[in-house]
Amino acid sequence: MFPANFEYIAAKSLDEAVSLLARYKDDAKLLAGGHSLLPAMKLRLSQPKVLIDISRVKDLAYIREEGGQVRIGATTTHFQIETSDLLRRVCPLLPETATNLGDMQVRNKGTIGGSVAHADPAADWPAAVIAVNAEIVAFGPKGARAIKADEFFTELFATALQPGEIVKEIRIPAPKGVVGQSYMKVRHPASGFAVVGIAVSMTADGGKCAACGVGITGVSPTAYRASAVERAMKGAALDAKSIAAAAGHAGDGADLNSDLFASGEYRKHLAQIYTRRALETAASRAK
Amino acid sequence: MKKISVTVNGTTHQSDVEPRLLLVHYLRDVLNLTGTHVGCETSLCGACTVMVDGQAVKSCTMLAAQADGATVTTIEGLAQSGELHPVQQAFWEHHGLQCGYCTPGMIMATAQILQRNPDPTEDEIRHGLEGNLCRCTGYQHIVQAVQCAAKKMKSKSVAR
Amino acid sequence: MAEKFVGKSVKRTEDPRLIQGLAHYVDDIKLPDTLHAVFLRSIHAHARIKSIDTSAAQKLPGVVAVYTGKDMSQKIGPVPCGAAIPEMKVPDHRVLATSKVYWVGHPLAVVVAENKYIARDAADMIQVDYEELPAVVDEEKAADPKSPVIHEKFGTNIAYKLTAGEGDIEAALKSADKIIKQKILHRRLVPIAMETRGVLARYYPGEQELTLWTSTQIPHLARTQVAVMLGMPENKLRLIAPEVGGGFGSKLNVYAEEAMIGWCAMQLGRPVKWIEGRRENIQATIHGRGQTGYVEIGVKKDGTITGFRYNVFADMGSYFQLLTPAIPTLTGLMLSGCYKIPAIQMNVTACFTTKMSTDAYRGAGRPEATYVIERALDLIAAELGMDPVEVRRKNFPEPFGADNPFKTATGLFYDSGNYQAALDKALKMADYTKLRDQQQKARKEGRLIGIGVSTYVEICAMGPSAAMPAGGWESATVRIEPTCKVTVLTGASPHGQGQETSFAQIAADELGVGVNDVTVIHGDTAVVQYGIGTFGSRATAVGGTAVYMALQKLKGKATELAAHLMGVDAKSVSFADGKFSGGGKSITIQEVALGAHLAKSLPPDMEPGLSATSFFEPKNFTFPFGTHICVVEVDRETGEIHFQRYIAVDDCGKQINPLLVHGQVHGGIVQSIGQALFEEAVYDEQGQLVTGTLMDYAVPKAAQVPKFELDSTETPSPVNPLGVKGVGEAGSIGATPAVVAAVVDALAPFGVRHLDMPIKPENVWRIISKSA
Repeated sequence: MFPANFEYIAAKSLDEAVSLLARYKDDAKLLAGGHSLLPAMKLRLSQPKVLIDISRVKDLAYIREEGGQVRIGATTTHFQIETSDLLRRVCPLLPETATNLGDMQVRNKGTIGGSVAHADPAADWPAAVIAVNAEIVAFGPKGARAIKADEFFTELFATALQPGEIVKEIRIPAPKGVVGQSYMKVRHPASGFAVVGIAVSMTADGGKCAACGVGITGVSPTAYRASAVERAMKGAALDAKSIAAAAGHAGDGADLNSDLFASGEYRKHLAQIYTRRALETAASRAK
Repeated sequence: MKKISVTVNGTTHQSDVEPRLLLVHYLRDVLNLTGTHVGCETSLCGACTVMVDGQAVKSCTMLAAQADGATVTTIEGLAQSGELHPVQQAFWEHHGLQCGYCTPGMIMATAQILQRNPDPTEDEIRHGLEGNLCRCTGYQHIVQAVQCAAKKMKSKSVAR
Repeated sequence: MAEKFVGKSVKRTEDPRLIQGLAHYVDDIKLPDTLHAVFLRSIHAHARIKSIDTSAAQKLPGVVAVYTGKDMSQKIGPVPCGAAIPEMKVPDHRVLATSKVYWVGHPLAVVVAENKYIARDAADMIQVDYEELPAVVDEEKAADPKSPVIHEKFGTNIAYKLTAGEGDIEAALKSADKIIKQKILHRRLVPIAMETRGVLARYYPGEQELTLWTSTQIPHLARTQVAVMLGMPENKLRLIAPEVGGGFGSKLNVYAEEAMIGWCAMQLGRPVKWIEGRRENIQATIHGRGQTGYVEIGVKKDGTITGFRYNVFADMGSYFQLLTPAIPTLTGLMLSGCYKIPAIQMNVTACFTTKMSTDAYRGAGRPEATYVIERALDLIAAELGMDPVEVRRKNFPEPFGADNPFKTATGLFYDSGNYQAALDKALKMADYTKLRDQQQKARKEGRLIGIGVSTYVEICAMGPSAAMPAGGWESATVRIEPTCKVTVLTGASPHGQGQETSFAQIAADELGVGVNDVTVIHGDTAVVQYGIGTFGSRATAVGGTAVYMALQKLKGKATELAAHLMGVDAKSVSFADGKFSGGGKSITIQEVALGAHLAKSLPPDMEPGLSATSFFEPKNFTFPFGTHICVVEVDRETGEIHFQRYIAVDDCGKQINPLLVHGQVHGGIVQSIGQALFEEAVYDEQGQLVTGTLMDYAVPKAAQVPKFELDSTETPSPVNPLGVKGVGEAGSIGATPAVVAAVVDALAPFGVRHLDMPIKPENVWRIISKSA
């Protein structure tokens, strides 16, 4: 309950945060909403020497449309996403994911950037950002670079961020055409984290699936794109049979997580069932 | 040590705090506002819920340093000029508490739920309270209290 | 007429402080100069301690003292166990480990520092060199002679063996048409009171008085025991249970930390505070349940039970806490459930394991009994193709009461009961016949609906002293103050149950005053006469009765005084609505109260003042009962379980405050649901506690439980003049079998007759997918 000692620095700008990171390197951790880091520090599982608070960096919490994309600032809270009219209109998958995430207080304080950078294997956002083909903008000493969500989550609690880089923004190509999305989740009864979380973003065309993105979290050490499901859905009729057939591929090739609540085998099964259900829901919404 | 200025229940406090001091310990140990409780170590039980700049947060998952410049409302600041907040009244009337330990957090969470959704369904209430554990009541009287508070607040706003 | 309060849903008088955050739990009490303690605990389940190096910790600025077992263990007496079983092996339970550690969480050292952050820093700096030994985690395997032995001097892990029950069990089973056998697991549960334990100690050397604020259910018993541990006169130890944030049995105990914090304050001459962390709470506060049982029940073709044998391995943990070895004996008492069973036998093998001690958790041994007998009844129904309700009816005793108590083969006389009435009411609320039709229809559509019925009886109002480890009575003092405000001092120590209100209701009605004129005081041994405490659903039935009895004494005296003041014969005086009347005159209780204290005119030989004390000794336990019906739907594809309805009809005798009764039932049902579906303290093979935080151990949340439909029947208890039975544990006893039965019933098409708790969706899915 009592974190070990550290130095606290509130960065005023992203540049300042980056230069602080460069100075303190591995001794430093970034603090945004704090909902992944502080619990670990309270249990002394994490004992950084320096905390760089980026929650006070100006203009890092925003949701806006720009250049055919929806851009979400790193310190935007889950609640801001949950209640964003823009996102509800353009990319309702994200508000739906937010609603299913943590609890009300966590959503009020936790941030999308923090969650994505933490890369918890049972976090909700990774599935969603993969499904919508997002890019994660990293900002470092050499400036900004965009990383595809597919390439961002590399290993358990590990990302493609280089040392010294900070998540600055999430960019989502504004979905075009007739779009249907869905996020479905089996919550761990204690933690509320995803045992399985399925994010689907589908474009429909005349009763068929023109394209669809499927991101899956909770099942594997990292969230992943269910490519086999996407391939099977592409061009397929939006009927129960084709959807079920495609969903059967939800766990293809995945390394499977296992814990007291759910074995790998069961997670895979849940992934298949909930992928089907999420696809069906997305299809029903693609009107 | 870090200098912070925090307005809690209408009073502004200037304090020097260790960076690692959690907001909940600042409220309880420095300001002696002990109505905010600690019930877990994992940011799950919600007993420590307070409002920071109008948002219900778990004060065990925030540093006091992060609250610099913020406005905080704790359970002690909910009643106004001696009159219980409608949520407090409703918890009392509907026996929405037994041992009372989770209650301050429950009430603060409820205040936020109703602020955002004046007329929640039972499912919305139960979903809204997911961040608050109660081991005594089985939640049913809490849900009834929230429904009752919603009615009270509606009639109050109509009266205005 | 003065307003009457008993039987009404009066709003609680304790709530204003609680809803405003103004109450004082242990950690809310601030004393100047307080030091803070943190315990270093074992990270191994079973290990020899080779060395403990505290030098770095001691040097840390802000650290005042670091004590290990060497400093403390022989200066403080052993942690007490109040239960005794013939030939039971009792380990020497010292406050800190010295040579060996026996469970993950076993305290090794205590650090006392200027603040809790520093104390934690210092505890992290203590180096312990362990030699690991094999863990013993399974209570049944622990009994195996080949198992590693935990307490070497015993040469075995078996703490005791016990056979209980009456009737010729062999003959009874032989006379059966069928014998049904089933292994049944009762997993370990963690009580998780929302307030963890906490202790604050202050010592005044001049007065030689130690004051201990501790979060306990039993202030007086704890005072006696801690005084013995510290070797001090018990009247120099003032123990205060301030606001207590839930107990559920976990604070019906005397813990090493209570004595150690007191000892530290005495050594250091400054107040010392320790507040348990949640991980610590899960590791080192008692657990509940923990039985591996084997049911054997004989039955005639028509469903009549002939005999019931229960062989059980009970998990004690590594040491005995206050009542650890007694818990299985409570299981034995209640094995008959609400059924006529001519012969019952329980064989207990109680085993030590390298885990935290088990002890009383809401229900304490009785949920295990109810669960096995209710599961057994369902197994009979499945075996004979009968409806579970019919099997129950077949074996119910006729309604009974004071004149014809129901005797069981476990040696009890149930006080009163009408099991048929509660069952009928619940069936009607559920529209049972229609439910069964709907279930059939749903099955044809491929949907899995399950209906679980539990008809339970429990043993409450603990209890007659002869049957209790340390006195089963309860005390009350009622004082009428000069201004006619009424003060009730109760030895029961409620911690959320609401007796500040319900006892005030009793007093208000008896004296014709308002509920708000009554203040109920509890928990402070310097203020309240000796008492026993709140547990075993006893506070109202025993403690409330003590209040009632004290009120009768008080009214007797007040009546005499009133007669004297009016100048009439006391025999002619009656009392109603706060007024004494007789001989055409009347006088208010306010005037009598003042008169008693002014003492200008008292009858000869009458002492001044208006105060009476009663120590009520119950003649028997009480036996509340009821029927719970649970309806679930199982997701055929995923195994997930969804509640559809939950109906409960409980009979706790007379109800002082129905609102409080409902609250108790709701809370109990949810703890039952937790047990049935979510909760289990899991230790792995190395004895590591895998479910060590609330991120892993699932306490039910609002969205995980249904809305309950409640009603009651009222069969007054003849055991006490209030006719109350108790209701604190009803939900946690009656509901578990109903929930499990509902899921089992949903899976009946797959040939399922029993599932072990907690029933996880994966287990359900495996059953369904295997048959697909």
